Amino acid sequence: MYWDEKQECMPVEQMRREQLENLQKTAARLYQRVPFYRRRLEEQGVKPSAIRALGDIRLLPLITKDDMREGYPFGLFAAPMEEVVRIHSSSGTTGKPVVVGYTGADIALWADLMARTLRCGDVTARDIVQVSYGYGLFTGGLGAHYGAERIGAMVVPMSGGNNKRQIMVMQDFGTTVLCCTPSYALALAETALEMGVDTSTLKLRVGFFGAEPWPEEMRGAIEQRLGLKAIDIYGLTEVIGPGVASECMEQNGLHIFEDHFYPEVINPDTSEVLPDGERGELVFSCLTKEAFPLLRYRTRDITRLIPTSCPCGRTLRRMEKVSDRTDDMLIIRGINVFPSQIENVLLSIEEAEPHFLIIVKREGPLDELEVQFEVDEAHFSDEVKVLQAIEQKVTREIESAIGLRATVRLVEPKTIERSMGKRKRVIDLRKESKP
Amino acid sequence: MKITQLSVFLENTAGRLREVTGILRDAQINIRALSLAETTDFGILRIIVNDPQKAAQVLRQAHFTVRETPILAVEVPDRPGGLHSMLETLAKENINIEYVYGFVEKRTDNALIVIRVEQPDRAIQVLQAQGFHVVSNEEIKSL
Repeated sequence: MYWDEKQECMPVEQMRREQLENLQKTAARLYQRVPFYRRRLEEQGVKPSAIRALGDIRLLPLITKDDMREGYPFGLFAAPMEEVVRIHSSSGTTGKPVVVGYTGADIALWADLMARTLRCGDVTARDIVQVSYGYGLFTGGLGAHYGAERIGAMVVPMSGGNNKRQIMVMQDFGTTVLCCTPSYALALAETALEMGVDTSTLKLRVGFFGAEPWPEEMRGAIEQRLGLKAIDIYGLTEVIGPGVASECMEQNGLHIFEDHFYPEVINPDTSEVLPDGERGELVFSCLTKEAFPLLRYRTRDITRLIPTSCPCGRTLRRMEKVSDRTDDMLIIRGINVFPSQIENVLLSIEEAEPHFLIIVKREGPLDELEVQFEVDEAHFSDEVKVLQAIEQKVTREIESAIGLRATVRLVEPKTIERSMGKRKRVIDLRKESKP
Repeated sequence: MKITQLSVFLENTAGRLREVTGILRDAQINIRALSLAETTDFGILRIIVNDPQKAAQVLRQAHFTVRETPILAVEVPDRPGGLHSMLETLAKENINIEYVYGFVEKRTDNALIVIRVEQPDRAIQVLQAQGFHVVSNEEIKSL
């Protein structure tokens, strides 16, 4: 089911023409209105008029989150303040947050794109949509909220937290659609279990999970424990929030809403643009936004564009599910390790719970990797050798996945922090102990 | 004739065992026998209590991982060779023991030995045939 068939199924040549036109307009707008961009383009010796074909986009400088800090808070806005009707902001966990402004037209576009997202999972006006993303400066809550309202569904604006109440609402209101982070979805499944609620009696049909990378194997756990179809959605505050890309019912790659956000994949080390199909860092350019149209923003998410067409009929290019971020990468004894690799191992082992914590420390000259995961009541045993066998199995599988021997430790259930929003998967003690 | 043993997963951290005993005290549960199997980073506490159902419930409420295991408790005479005679009986039948612990009954001259074996039903048969008393949950309650 499409929300905007003309846009979602547009012939590719026409899409490229429109993208080019809008890219030219946005580059010109930024050059005229935002001193930061004008300076960056001048440093590069480029004028917006140099963009004659889509491929010329690589003449423009790449923008990182750090570049944007100098504009804090409103310096990068490309619309006069009186036209800005809303502010959102990134979490700012790694320094000053990035503040993003929206005009009325931006908000309307965002609602439409989130309606497109929800329609990718066949949401209609008859659905009851429980929005358990946080409301506030974070884009998740209000983004999903406006999209569901745009479709005409009934929205239950729960925000995150108060898990028991979330389950109660699902039961009493008959929630059919859940929107939250994937780790929060698992936390809610756990709460339901504790409350003795059989999730197969709930009316949940589909869930839209995003705001953090989650591996393919986690989908099975969520779908089985909550009894719904789990759709991966993608977005980031700097670009617009959720509503940048979404899986369709095929659950095989996320359609990028590329009529508004032009994707590129680059080699994160050399910044060279990679051909479709190769893995690298995802870069987005906003083509149609007014207040905050970033060009060539480096997302730090690692993925690839899928060159083949999708059976759902959308011509919008797809990107592979993101499971890694360039800044999540750990270098342990010279080996690159992504937390998602360890997560994949735990998810593939039946006896292990997907709740885990990676601790990296330095013992003498060597980096030590410790992986803690929770013992699950179904596989807990009164015999030491059974539990040790689980630890050994996990150790072996991790070693074969990443080439490093980790100290694997079983911990008590519920000792690893459950997130309401984004989860913390790594504690790197080396950073704190560096001289 | 099997009795219920509770196994509780414990991380090796200070005061963790005391938390368990505190919870059991608050629920007025009496521990009849106990053993602790440990590795460098975790332990498995095994307990026989007067009310295993209630004990499991209060421990789970406190987020402990608990497992109920059916297990044998056998009375042996509290004198030299008492335990040995029972082990002989099992050995003759090639019944392997996973672990064993024991305690002395207050009111009788017997010791109670808790054993986990691979084939509990056969072990019961063999022991009873040799005149050993295999204790029931009811008896554990009233000890």
